[in-house]
Amino acid sequence: MNDPVAYAVAGLAVVAAVYAGWLMWRDEAFTNGLFYVVIVLELVLLALLVGGSIALARTERDVDGVLFISYLVTVVVIPPAAVIWGVAEKSRWGTGVVLVAMLTIAVLVVRVLGIWQGAYV
Amino acid sequence: MSDPASSATTSTGFGRALVAVYAVFALAATARSLYQLSAKASEAPVAYALSAVAGLVYVVATYALATDRRSLAVATIGFELAGVLGVGVLTLVDAELFPDATVWSDFGAGYGFIPLVLPFVGLWWVRRVRS
Repeated sequence: MNDPVAYAVAGLAVVAAVYAGWLMWRDEAFTNGLFYVVIVLELVLLALLVGGSIALARTERDVDGVLFISYLVTVVVIPPAAVIWGVAEKSRWGTGVVLVAMLTIAVLVVRVLGIWQGAYV
Repeated sequence: MSDPASSATTSTGFGRALVAVYAVFALAATARSLYQLSAKASEAPVAYALSAVAGLVYVVATYALATDRRSLAVATIGFELAGVLGVGVLTLVDAELFPDATVWSDFGAGYGFIPLVLPFVGLWWVRRVRS
């Protein structure tokens, strides 16, 4: 867990958010393309959870482990929840749900980096 | 804007996205208060109790909007509006009262002022659907 990894993942979430925002602006409901983007992000977030857990076990620094892992689990849960909630809405606001979710993930991933660095203790 | 007024319930159309935003804040405020109360309850009891109240308000508001319970939605969103304004003023007047932050501190500045804007949008939306 380090700066480039966290910012890359947060950046990917922002890209997904921009894509969702663009679809929303174009008045499109949930598309297959958006679905694939969310799946890619979900896989990356799962990798982040696994990688973060390993890093936590190995580090000798004093990291708030409970907070760190709960954030990582939260970001993994958000994309499926957003898809389930958003896909039922056959209007632009279905993609709006994804926009909200992706922005939330970007913020949470940056906070995860802060927790890892001990910024919030 | 594709006519959001065409929606028949508070959880469809624009409401679908609004519920998502409320869910995020329900999660953020509740998780924050659980962590604060379990890890360091004695440090700032007023702020942490308030975090718990805020979390509960967002959870109930999310539930009310998602299930189209409009009077419950108006009640909880009204409480939310009073909370963010009241706590916002209190944190400016007497910083000692809240040694640690809550979602509503400084009018929600720590969350991009979304907690300040959200109740207005929520109340507007419930009115919009009703008419």
